[in-house]
Amino acid sequence: MATKDYVLSLVERAERGDRRALGRLLTILEDVSSETAWVLEYLAGRSRGAHVIGVTGIPGSGKSSLISRMIRVLRDKGYRVAVITIDPTSPLSSGAILGDRLRMQEHATDPGVFIRSVTTAGALGGLSLSALAMIEAFDALGYDKVIVETVGVGQSETHVMHAADTIVVVTMPGAGDDVQALKAGVLEIGDIYVVNKSDKPEASKTYEYMLFVAEKGEIGRSGAWKPVVVKTSSTLGMGIRELVEAVEKHLEYLRNSGEKLSRLSSRRRLLVKLLAEKIVLDLLDKVAEEELAKTHEGLEGFYKRAIEIARTTGEKLLNLKIQ
Amino acid sequence: MSMERTLNHHTTRRKVKVLVAKIGLDGHDRGAKVIARALRDAGFEVVYTGLRQTVEQVVAAAIQEDVDIIGVNQHEGSHIYIARKLVEKLREYGADDIPVVMGGSIPVVDVDVLKSIGVKEVFLPGTPIREIVDKLMKLAEERRRTGRV
Ligand SMILES: Nc1nc2c(ncn2[C@@H]2O[C@H](COP(=O)(O)OP(=O)(O)OP(=O)(O)O)[C@@H](O)[C@H]2O)c(=O)[nH]1
Ligand SMILES: [Mg+2]
Repeated sequence: MATKDYVLSLVERAERGDRRALGRLLTILEDVSSETAWVLEYLAGRSRGAHVIGVTGIPGSGKSSLISRMIRVLRDKGYRVAVITIDPTSPLSSGAILGDRLRMQEHATDPGVFIRSVTTAGALGGLSLSALAMIEAFDALGYDKVIVETVGVGQSETHVMHAADTIVVVTMPGAGDDVQALKAGVLEIGDIYVVNKSDKPEASKTYEYMLFVAEKGEIGRSGAWKPVVVKTSSTLGMGIRELVEAVEKHLEYLRNSGEKLSRLSSRRRLLVKLLAEKIVLDLLDKVAEEELAKTHEGLEGFYKRAIEIARTTGEKLLNLKIQ
Repeated sequence: MSMERTLNHHTTRRKVKVLVAKIGLDGHDRGAKVIARALRDAGFEVVYTGLRQTVEQVVAAAIQEDVDIIGVNQHEGSHIYIARKLVEKLREYGADDIPVVMGGSIPVVDVDVLKSIGVKEVFLPGTPIREIVDKLMKLAEERRRTGRV
Protein backbone atom coordinates (compact mmCIF):
# COMPACT_ATOMS: atom_id res chain seq x y z
CA MET A 1 0.00 0.00 0.00
CA ALA A 2 1.24 3.48 -0.85
CA THR A 3 2.26 5.35 2.29
CA LYS A 4 1.19 8.95 2.77
CA ASP A 5 4.78 10.21 2.67
CA TYR A 6 5.43 8.41 -0.55
CA VAL A 7 2.32 9.77 -2.28
CA LEU A 8 3.10 13.29 -1.09
CA SER A 9 6.65 13.01 -2.35
CA LEU A 10 5.31 11.98 -5.75
CA VAL A 11 3.06 15.04 -5.87
CA GLU A 12 5.96 17.29 -4.89
CA ARG A 13 8.27 15.81 -7.48
CA ALA A 14 5.54 16.02 -10.14
CA GLU A 15 5.08 19.69 -9.27
CA ARG A 16 8.76 20.23 -9.96
CA GLY A 17 8.27 18.72 -13.41
CA ASP A 18 9.37 15.13 -12.67
CA ARG A 19 7.35 13.18 -15.22
CA ARG A 20 8.36 9.82 -13.81
CA ALA A 21 6.79 10.82 -10.49
CA LEU A 22 3.62 11.95 -12.25
CA GLY A 23 3.44 8.62 -14.10
CA ARG A 24 3.68 6.77 -10.77
CA LEU A 25 1.12 9.04 -9.11
CA LEU A 26 -1.36 8.30 -11.89
CA THR A 27 -0.87 4.57 -11.32
CA ILE A 28 -1.89 5.02 -7.70
CA LEU A 29 -4.91 7.08 -8.77
CA GLU A 30 -5.86 4.43 -11.33
CA ASP A 31 -6.78 2.18 -8.48
CA VAL A 32 -7.81 4.50 -5.66
CA SER A 33 -8.55 2.58 -2.49
CA SER A 34 -10.00 3.60 0.81
CA GLU A 35 -6.42 4.07 2.01
CA THR A 36 -5.33 6.43 -0.75
CA ALA A 37 -8.59 8.33 -1.18
CA TRP A 38 -7.30 11.25 0.92
CA VAL A 39 -4.97 12.25 -1.90
CA LEU A 40 -7.99 13.21 -4.02
CA GLU A 41 -8.98 15.91 -1.59
CA TYR A 42 -5.39 17.04 -1.34
CA LEU A 43 -5.20 17.39 -5.13
CA ALA A 44 -8.65 18.97 -5.44
CA GLY A 45 -7.56 21.60 -2.93
CA ARG A 46 -4.83 22.61 -5.36
CA SER A 47 -7.10 22.94 -8.36
CA ARG A 48 -6.02 25.62 -10.81
CA GLY A 49 -9.21 25.65 -12.81
CA ALA A 50 -8.23 23.41 -15.71
CA HIS A 51 -10.52 23.27 -18.71
CA VAL A 52 -11.74 19.66 -19.00
CA ILE A 53 -12.64 18.69 -22.55
CA GLY A 54 -14.43 15.41 -23.22
CA VAL A 55 -14.04 13.94 -26.70
CA THR A 56 -16.41 11.14 -27.56
CA GLY A 57 -18.36 9.75 -30.52
CA ILE A 58 -18.45 7.01 -33.09
CA PRO A 59 -15.68 4.37 -32.89
CA GLY A 60 -13.09 5.00 -35.58
CA SER A 61 -14.37 8.48 -36.38
CA GLY A 62 -10.91 9.92 -35.81
CA LYS A 63 -11.08 11.13 -32.20
CA SER A 64 -7.46 10.34 -31.39
CA SER A 65 -6.13 11.81 -34.65
CA LEU A 66 -8.22 14.90 -34.06
CA ILE A 67 -6.94 15.31 -30.50
CA SER A 68 -3.39 15.07 -31.80
CA ARG A 69 -4.11 17.91 -34.23
CA MET A 70 -5.78 19.94 -31.50
CA ILE A 71 -2.78 19.52 -29.21
CA ARG A 72 -0.58 21.26 -31.77
CA VAL A 73 -2.91 24.29 -31.93
CA LEU A 74 -3.36 24.40 -28.14
CA ARG A 75 0.41 24.25 -27.64
CA ASP A 76 0.86 27.15 -30.07
CA LYS A 77 -1.47 29.12 -27.84
CA GLY A 78 0.83 28.35 -24.92
CA TYR A 79 -1.38 25.88 -23.06
CA ARG A 80 -0.08 22.82 -21.25
CA VAL A 81 -2.13 19.83 -22.33
CA ALA A 82 -2.91 16.51 -20.62
CA VAL A 83 -4.74 13.68 -22.36
CA ILE A 84 -6.49 10.70 -20.75
CA THR A 85 -7.52 8.06 -23.28
CA ILE A 86 -9.88 5.31 -22.27
CA ASP A 87 -9.83 2.03 -24.19
CA PRO A 88 -12.21 -0.86 -23.79
CA THR A 89 -11.01 -4.08 -22.20
CA SER A 90 -11.48 -7.32 -24.10
CA PRO A 91 -14.34 -9.19 -22.44
CA LEU A 92 -12.65 -12.50 -23.29
CA SER A 93 -9.20 -12.09 -21.79
CA SER A 94 -9.65 -8.91 -19.77
CA GLY A 95 -6.52 -7.69 -21.53
CA ALA A 96 -6.48 -4.60 -23.73
CA ILE A 97 -4.63 -2.94 -26.56
CA LEU A 98 -4.32 0.75 -25.80
CA GLY A 99 -4.20 2.12 -29.31
CA ASP A 100 -5.16 5.78 -28.93
CA ARG A 101 -1.70 6.95 -27.90
CA LEU A 102 -0.27 5.76 -31.20
CA ARG A 103 -2.02 8.61 -33.02
CA MET A 104 -0.58 11.17 -30.61
CA GLN A 105 2.97 9.89 -30.30
CA GLU A 106 4.41 12.93 -32.11
CA HIS A 107 3.78 14.85 -28.87
CA ALA A 108 5.36 12.25 -26.58
CA THR A 109 8.57 14.20 -26.00
CA ASP A 110 6.92 17.62 -25.64
CA PRO A 111 7.41 18.63 -21.99
CA GLY A 112 4.10 20.54 -22.11
CA VAL A 113 2.09 17.44 -23.02
CA PHE A 114 1.33 14.37 -20.90
CA ILE A 115 -0.63 11.44 -22.33
CA ARG A 116 -1.94 8.54 -20.28
CA SER A 117 -4.01 5.53 -21.38
CA VAL A 118 -6.38 3.65 -19.11
CA THR A 119 -8.69 0.70 -19.68
CA THR A 120 -12.27 0.08 -18.79
CA ALA A 121 -11.21 -2.95 -16.73
CA GLY A 122 -12.37 -1.67 -13.34
CA ALA A 123 -16.06 -2.48 -13.20
CA LEU A 124 -18.76 -0.68 -11.25
CA GLY A 125 -17.72 2.91 -11.74
CA GLY A 126 -14.08 2.05 -11.24
CA LEU A 127 -13.18 3.59 -14.54
CA SER A 128 -15.01 6.80 -13.81
CA LEU A 129 -13.25 7.08 -10.49
CA SER A 130 -9.81 6.58 -12.06
CA ALA A 131 -10.50 9.11 -14.79
CA LEU A 132 -11.90 11.66 -12.35
CA ALA A 133 -8.96 11.16 -10.01
CA MET A 134 -6.53 11.72 -12.87
CA ILE A 135 -8.35 14.89 -13.88
CA GLU A 136 -7.81 16.22 -10.34
CA ALA A 137 -4.10 15.41 -10.56
CA PHE A 138 -3.58 17.17 -13.89
CA ASP A 139 -5.64 20.12 -12.69
CA ALA A 140 -3.56 20.45 -9.52
CA LEU A 141 -0.34 20.22 -11.52
CA GLY A 142 -1.24 23.17 -13.71
CA TYR A 143 -2.29 21.55 -16.96
CA ASP A 144 -4.53 24.12 -18.67
CA LYS A 145 -6.42 21.67 -20.86
CA VAL A 146 -7.31 18.14 -19.80
CA ILE A 147 -8.70 16.17 -22.73
CA VAL A 148 -10.51 12.89 -22.05
CA GLU A 149 -11.15 10.51 -24.96
CA THR A 150 -13.77 7.79 -24.66
CA VAL A 151 -15.89 5.74 -27.02
CA GLY A 152 -19.43 6.95 -26.54
CA VAL A 153 -20.98 3.88 -25.04
CA GLY A 154 -21.49 2.47 -21.59
CA GLN A 155 -22.63 4.04 -18.41
CA SER A 156 -19.30 4.84 -16.84
CA GLU A 157 -18.28 6.63 -20.04
CA THR A 158 -21.36 8.81 -19.89
CA HIS A 159 -20.33 9.51 -16.30
CA VAL A 160 -16.91 10.66 -17.41
CA MET A 161 -18.42 12.89 -20.04
CA HIS A 162 -20.63 14.55 -17.47
CA ALA A 163 -17.49 15.51 -15.59
CA ALA A 164 -16.24 17.54 -18.57
CA ASP A 165 -16.64 21.28 -18.97
CA THR A 166 -16.88 21.02 -22.73
CA ILE A 167 -18.08 17.97 -24.63
CA VAL A 168 -16.99 17.40 -28.21
CA VAL A 169 -18.92 14.70 -30.07
CA VAL A 170 -17.18 13.33 -33.16
CA THR A 171 -19.00 11.73 -36.05
CA MET A 172 -18.06 11.00 -39.65
CA PRO A 173 -19.61 10.80 -43.10
CA GLY A 174 -21.55 7.67 -43.95
CA ALA A 175 -22.18 6.82 -40.32
CA GLY A 176 -25.94 7.28 -40.77
CA ASP A 177 -27.18 4.44 -38.59
CA ASP A 178 -24.47 5.07 -36.03
CA VAL A 179 -25.58 8.67 -35.75
CA GLN A 180 -29.10 7.43 -35.05
CA ALA A 181 -27.73 5.13 -32.36
CA LEU A 182 -25.70 7.92 -30.84
CA LYS A 183 -28.80 10.05 -30.60
CA ALA A 184 -29.94 8.00 -27.65
CA GLY A 185 -26.62 8.45 -25.90
CA VAL A 186 -23.85 10.98 -26.06
CA LEU A 187 -25.18 12.81 -29.08
CA GLU A 188 -27.59 14.50 -26.73
CA ILE A 189 -24.95 15.93 -24.47
CA GLY A 190 -22.53 17.61 -26.87
CA ASP A 191 -21.53 21.26 -26.81
CA ILE A 192 -19.64 20.97 -30.06
CA TYR A 193 -20.30 18.49 -32.86
CA VAL A 194 -17.56 17.55 -35.29
CA VAL A 195 -18.01 15.96 -38.68
CA ASN A 196 -14.52 14.57 -39.15
CA LYS A 197 -13.11 12.95 -42.31
CA SER A 198 -14.66 15.78 -44.30
CA ASP A 199 -12.05 15.03 -46.96
CA LYS A 200 -14.57 12.36 -48.00
CA PRO A 201 -17.22 13.23 -50.59
CA GLU A 202 -20.27 12.31 -48.46
CA ALA A 203 -19.18 14.75 -45.74
CA SER A 204 -21.37 17.70 -46.67
CA LYS A 205 -24.52 15.58 -46.40
CA THR A 206 -23.63 14.54 -42.84
CA TYR A 207 -22.69 18.13 -42.04
CA GLU A 208 -26.06 19.44 -43.31
CA TYR A 209 -27.85 16.80 -41.27
CA MET A 210 -25.95 17.68 -38.08
CA LEU A 211 -26.63 21.38 -38.66
CA PHE A 212 -30.31 20.60 -39.14
CA VAL A 213 -30.70 18.62 -35.90
CA ALA A 214 -28.66 21.22 -34.03
CA GLU A 215 -30.89 24.03 -35.34
CA LYS A 216 -33.99 22.14 -34.33
CA GLY A 217 -32.56 21.81 -30.84
CA GLU A 218 -32.65 18.02 -31.00
CA ILE A 219 -29.09 17.75 -29.76
CA GLY A 220 -27.00 19.57 -27.22
CA ARG A 221 -27.08 20.08 -23.47
CA SER A 222 -29.65 22.36 -21.98
CA GLY A 223 -28.72 25.94 -21.22
CA ALA A 224 -28.15 29.06 -23.26
CA TRP A 225 -25.27 27.62 -25.29
CA LYS A 226 -26.24 26.74 -28.85
CA PRO A 227 -24.35 23.67 -30.06
CA VAL A 228 -21.79 24.37 -32.76
CA VAL A 229 -21.15 22.06 -35.72
CA VAL A 230 -17.64 21.99 -37.19
CA LYS A 231 -16.32 20.21 -40.28
CA THR A 232 -12.78 18.82 -39.96
CA SER A 233 -10.27 16.52 -41.56
CA SER A 234 -7.59 15.34 -39.19
CA THR A 235 -5.78 13.77 -42.13
CA LEU A 236 -5.51 17.05 -44.03
CA GLY A 237 -5.45 19.27 -40.95
CA MET A 238 -8.59 21.11 -42.07
CA GLY A 239 -10.97 22.83 -39.67
CA ILE A 240 -8.78 22.24 -36.62
CA ARG A 241 -8.36 25.94 -35.83
CA GLU A 242 -12.13 26.42 -36.10
CA LEU A 243 -12.65 23.49 -33.74
CA VAL A 244 -10.22 24.89 -31.18
CA GLU A 245 -11.86 28.32 -31.53
CA ALA A 246 -15.26 26.75 -30.80
CA VAL A 247 -13.83 25.00 -27.74
CA GLU A 248 -12.35 28.30 -26.51
CA LYS A 249 -15.62 30.13 -27.16
CA HIS A 250 -17.44 27.55 -25.12
CA LEU A 251 -15.03 28.05 -22.22
CA GLU A 252 -15.64 31.78 -22.44
CA TYR A 253 -19.37 31.12 -22.35
CA LEU A 254 -18.95 28.86 -19.30
CA ARG A 255 -16.96 31.53 -17.49
CA ASN A 256 -19.32 34.38 -18.31
CA SER A 257 -22.44 32.45 -17.42
CA GLY A 258 -21.05 31.08 -14.17
CA GLU A 259 -21.44 27.55 -15.49
CA LYS A 260 -17.72 26.86 -15.18
CA LEU A 261 -18.11 26.89 -11.41
CA SER A 262 -21.26 24.83 -11.41
CA ARG A 263 -19.59 22.22 -13.64
CA LEU A 264 -16.66 22.05 -11.26
CA SER A 265 -19.00 21.48 -8.36
CA SER A 266 -20.91 18.78 -10.20
CA ARG A 267 -17.59 17.13 -11.08
CA ARG A 268 -16.72 17.16 -7.39
CA ARG A 269 -20.14 15.82 -6.42
CA LEU A 270 -19.65 12.93 -8.82
CA LEU A 271 -16.21 12.32 -7.35
CA VAL A 272 -17.58 12.21 -3.82
CA LYS A 273 -20.33 9.81 -4.84
CA LEU A 274 -17.99 7.46 -6.71
CA LEU A 275 -15.56 7.53 -3.81
CA ALA A 276 -18.32 6.67 -1.33
CA GLU A 277 -19.39 3.79 -3.56
CA LYS A 278 -15.81 2.61 -3.82
CA ILE A 279 -15.37 2.62 -0.04
CA VAL A 280 -18.58 0.62 0.40
CA LEU A 281 -17.63 -1.79 -2.39
CA ASP A 282 -14.19 -2.42 -0.88
CA LEU A 283 -15.84 -3.21 2.43
CA LEU A 284 -18.50 -5.33 0.82
CA ASP A 285 -15.86 -7.29 -1.02
CA LYS A 286 -13.88 -7.88 2.16
CA VAL A 287 -16.82 -8.91 4.31
CA ALA A 288 -18.35 -11.13 1.63
CA GLU A 289 -15.01 -12.92 1.21
CA GLU A 290 -14.90 -13.55 4.96
CA GLU A 291 -18.42 -14.91 4.96
CA LEU A 292 -17.70 -17.07 1.94
CA ALA A 293 -14.75 -18.62 3.69
CA LYS A 294 -17.04 -19.67 6.53
CA THR A 295 -19.52 -21.59 4.40
CA HIS A 296 -19.03 -25.14 3.24
CA GLU A 297 -18.35 -25.82 -0.34
CA GLY A 298 -20.72 -28.21 -2.05
CA LEU A 299 -22.09 -28.96 -5.47
CA GLU A 300 -25.60 -28.40 -4.28
CA GLY A 301 -27.21 -25.59 -2.40
CA PHE A 302 -25.13 -22.83 -3.94
CA TYR A 303 -28.13 -20.56 -4.16
CA LYS A 304 -28.89 -21.07 -0.50
CA ARG A 305 -25.27 -20.36 0.26
CA ALA A 306 -25.37 -17.16 -1.75
CA ILE A 307 -28.49 -15.95 0.03
CA GLU A 308 -26.93 -16.80 3.38
CA ILE A 309 -23.77 -14.86 2.53
CA ALA A 310 -25.78 -11.92 1.23
CA ARG A 311 -27.83 -11.78 4.42
CA THR A 312 -24.96 -12.03 6.89
CA THR A 313 -22.81 -9.68 4.81
CA GLY A 314 -25.64 -7.16 4.68
CA GLU A 315 -26.23 -7.39 8.42
CA LYS A 316 -22.54 -7.03 9.15
CA LEU A 317 -22.22 -4.04 6.85
CA LEU A 318 -25.14 -2.34 8.56
CA ASN A 319 -23.41 -2.72 11.92
CA LEU A 320 -19.98 -1.65 10.73
CA LYS A 321 -18.60 1.67 11.80
CA ILE A 322 -16.93 3.29 8.81
CA GLN A 323 -13.96 5.42 9.80
CA MET B 1 16.57 13.64 -0.64
CA SER B 2 15.35 10.99 -2.97
CA MET B 3 12.62 8.61 -2.02
CA GLU B 4 13.60 5.09 -2.89
CA ARG B 5 11.27 2.34 -2.00
CA THR B 6 10.32 -0.93 -3.49
CA LEU B 7 7.38 -0.80 -5.83
CA ASN B 8 5.22 -3.55 -4.46
CA HIS B 9 4.38 -1.49 -1.41
CA HIS B 10 2.90 1.15 -3.61
CA THR B 11 1.32 -0.58 -6.51
CA THR B 12 -2.02 -2.26 -6.34
CA ARG B 13 -2.47 -2.48 -10.09
CA ARG B 14 -2.97 -6.09 -10.90
CA LYS B 15 -2.49 -6.17 -14.64
CA VAL B 16 0.86 -6.14 -16.32
CA LYS B 17 1.26 -3.13 -18.62
CA VAL B 18 3.62 -3.56 -21.55
CA LEU B 19 4.82 -1.08 -24.14
CA VAL B 20 5.30 -2.67 -27.55
CA ALA B 21 7.59 -0.50 -29.64
CA LYS B 22 9.19 -0.38 -33.05
CA ILE B 23 12.21 1.86 -33.22
CA GLY B 24 13.83 3.22 -36.36
CA LEU B 25 13.04 3.07 -40.04
CA ASP B 26 11.70 -0.47 -40.29
CA GLY B 27 8.29 -0.09 -41.93
CA HIS B 28 6.69 -3.43 -41.11
CA ASP B 29 4.60 -3.85 -38.03
CA ARG B 30 2.90 -7.17 -38.64
CA GLY B 31 5.08 -8.93 -36.11
CA ALA B 32 4.56 -6.22 -33.51
CA LYS B 33 0.80 -6.35 -33.99
CA VAL B 34 0.71 -10.14 -33.68
CA ILE B 35 2.67 -9.92 -30.44
CA ALA B 36 0.45 -7.09 -29.14
CA ARG B 37 -2.70 -9.14 -29.77
CA ALA B 38 -1.23 -12.29 -28.25
CA LEU B 39 -0.27 -10.38 -25.10
CA ARG B 40 -3.74 -8.84 -24.89
CA ASP B 41 -5.25 -12.30 -25.17
CA ALA B 42 -3.01 -13.37 -22.29
CA GLY B 43 -4.55 -10.58 -20.19
CA PHE B 44 -1.87 -7.88 -20.51
CA GLU B 45 -2.52 -4.18 -21.02
CA VAL B 46 -0.61 -3.39 -24.18
CA VAL B 47 0.37 0.10 -25.22
CA TYR B 48 1.36 0.12 -28.88
CA THR B 49 3.24 3.19 -30.05
CA GLY B 50 3.31 2.47 -33.78
CA LEU B 51 5.97 2.56 -36.46
CA ARG B 52 9.17 4.55 -36.79
CA GLN B 53 9.58 5.70 -33.22
CA THR B 54 12.68 7.32 -31.84
CA VAL B 55 14.27 6.03 -28.64
CA GLU B 56 13.27 9.31 -26.96
CA GLN B 57 9.61 8.83 -27.91
CA VAL B 58 9.57 5.28 -26.56
CA VAL B 59 11.16 6.29 -23.26
CA ALA B 60 8.76 9.24 -22.91
CA ALA B 61 5.77 6.98 -23.54
CA ALA B 62 7.02 4.35 -21.09
CA ILE B 63 7.37 6.99 -18.36
CA GLN B 64 3.98 8.61 -18.98
CA GLU B 65 2.22 5.25 -19.13
CA ASP B 66 4.25 3.88 -16.21
CA VAL B 67 4.61 0.52 -17.93
CA ASP B 68 6.08 -2.57 -16.30
CA ILE B 69 8.05 -3.68 -19.36
CA ILE B 70 9.28 -2.26 -22.66
CA GLY B 71 9.24 -4.75 -25.53
CA VAL B 72 11.08 -3.78 -28.69
CA ASN B 73 10.28 -5.58 -31.92
CA GLN B 74 13.12 -5.20 -34.38
CA HIS B 75 13.56 -6.48 -37.93
CA GLU B 76 16.13 -4.16 -39.27
CA GLY B 77 19.57 -5.08 -38.10
CA SER B 78 20.33 -2.10 -35.90
CA HIS B 79 19.14 -3.87 -32.74
CA ILE B 80 22.46 -3.55 -30.90
CA TYR B 81 22.73 0.18 -31.47
CA ILE B 82 19.08 0.66 -30.52
CA ALA B 83 19.38 -1.44 -27.37
CA ARG B 84 22.40 0.55 -26.26
CA LYS B 85 20.66 3.90 -26.81
CA LEU B 86 17.46 2.75 -25.16
CA VAL B 87 19.17 1.50 -22.01
CA GLU B 88 21.21 4.72 -21.87
CA LYS B 89 18.14 6.96 -22.20
CA LEU B 90 16.22 5.03 -19.57
CA ARG B 91 19.12 5.51 -17.19
CA GLU B 92 19.26 9.23 -18.04
CA TYR B 93 15.59 9.60 -17.06
CA GLY B 94 15.90 7.47 -13.95
CA ALA B 95 13.67 4.84 -15.47
CA ASP B 96 16.19 2.02 -15.86
CA ASP B 97 14.25 -0.16 -13.46
CA ILE B 98 11.83 -0.76 -16.34
CA PRO B 99 13.08 -3.98 -17.96
CA VAL B 100 13.69 -4.03 -21.72
CA VAL B 101 13.07 -7.16 -23.80
CA MET B 102 13.65 -7.61 -27.52
CA GLY B 103 12.21 -9.79 -30.23
CA GLY B 104 12.28 -10.10 -33.99
CA SER B 105 14.81 -11.33 -36.50
CA ILE B 106 17.85 -11.20 -34.26
CA PRO B 107 20.82 -13.46 -34.98
CA VAL B 108 21.56 -15.97 -32.22
CA VAL B 109 25.13 -14.71 -31.94
CA ASP B 110 23.88 -11.29 -30.82
CA VAL B 111 21.87 -12.53 -27.85
CA ASP B 112 24.78 -12.36 -25.42
CA VAL B 113 25.79 -8.91 -26.65
CA LEU B 114 22.25 -7.63 -26.09
CA LYS B 115 22.15 -9.14 -22.62
CA SER B 116 25.48 -7.59 -21.71
CA ILE B 117 24.03 -4.21 -22.74
CA GLY B 118 21.18 -4.76 -20.29
CA VAL B 119 18.39 -6.32 -22.35
CA LYS B 120 16.67 -8.74 -19.99
CA GLU B 121 15.28 -11.24 -22.48
CA VAL B 122 15.74 -11.83 -26.19
CA PHE B 123 13.00 -13.71 -28.02
CA LEU B 124 14.26 -15.32 -31.22
CA PRO B 125 11.89 -16.10 -34.09
CA GLY B 126 9.71 -19.08 -33.26
CA THR B 127 9.67 -18.56 -29.48
CA PRO B 128 6.30 -19.92 -28.29
CA ILE B 129 4.00 -17.18 -27.07
CA ARG B 130 3.46 -19.10 -23.82
CA GLU B 131 7.15 -18.77 -23.04
CA ILE B 132 7.11 -15.04 -23.80
CA VAL B 133 4.09 -14.51 -21.56
CA ASP B 134 5.67 -16.45 -18.67
CA LYS B 135 8.95 -14.57 -18.89
CA LEU B 136 7.22 -11.18 -19.06
CA MET B 137 5.08 -12.04 -16.02
CA LYS B 138 8.22 -12.97 -14.12
CA LEU B 139 10.00 -9.76 -15.09
CA ALA B 140 7.01 -7.64 -14.09
CA GLU B 141 6.73 -9.38 -10.73
CA GLU B 142 10.41 -8.99 -10.08
CA ARG B 143 10.29 -5.30 -10.89
CA ARG B 144 7.31 -4.76 -8.64
CA ARG B 145 9.22 -6.49 -5.89
CA THR B 146 12.54 -4.75 -6.28
CA GLY B 147 12.06 -1.72 -8.52
CA ARG B 148 12.35 1.85 -7.41
CA VAL B 149 11.13 5.26 -8.51
N1 LIG C 1 -10.03 10.00 -44.51
C1 LIG C 1 -9.81 10.31 -43.22
N2 LIG C 1 -9.44 9.35 -42.37
C2 LIG C 1 -9.21 9.68 -41.07
C3 LIG C 1 -9.38 11.01 -40.61
N3 LIG C 1 -9.12 11.04 -39.28
C4 LIG C 1 -8.80 9.78 -38.94
N4 LIG C 1 -8.84 8.96 -40.00
C5 LIG C 1 -8.55 7.52 -40.01
O1 LIG C 1 -9.56 6.85 -39.29
C6 LIG C 1 -9.02 5.76 -38.55
C7 LIG C 1 -9.35 5.89 -37.08
O2 LIG C 1 -8.71 7.03 -36.56
P1 LIG C 1 -8.57 7.26 -34.99
O3 LIG C 1 -8.00 8.61 -34.79
O4 LIG C 1 -7.85 6.12 -34.37
O5 LIG C 1 -10.11 7.22 -34.59
P2 LIG C 1 -10.77 7.06 -33.15
O6 LIG C 1 -12.12 7.64 -33.22
O7 LIG C 1 -9.86 7.59 -32.11
O8 LIG C 1 -10.84 5.49 -33.03
P3 LIG C 1 -11.23 4.62 -31.72
O9 LIG C 1 -10.51 5.22 -30.55
O10 LIG C 1 -10.74 3.25 -32.07
O11 LIG C 1 -12.72 4.69 -31.59
C8 LIG C 1 -7.52 5.77 -38.83
O12 LIG C 1 -7.24 4.84 -39.84
C9 LIG C 1 -7.26 7.18 -39.28
O13 LIG C 1 -6.15 7.27 -40.16
C10 LIG C 1 -9.78 12.02 -41.55
O14 LIG C 1 -9.95 13.21 -41.25
N5 LIG C 1 -9.99 11.59 -42.84
MG1 LIG D 1 -9.08 6.62 -30.39
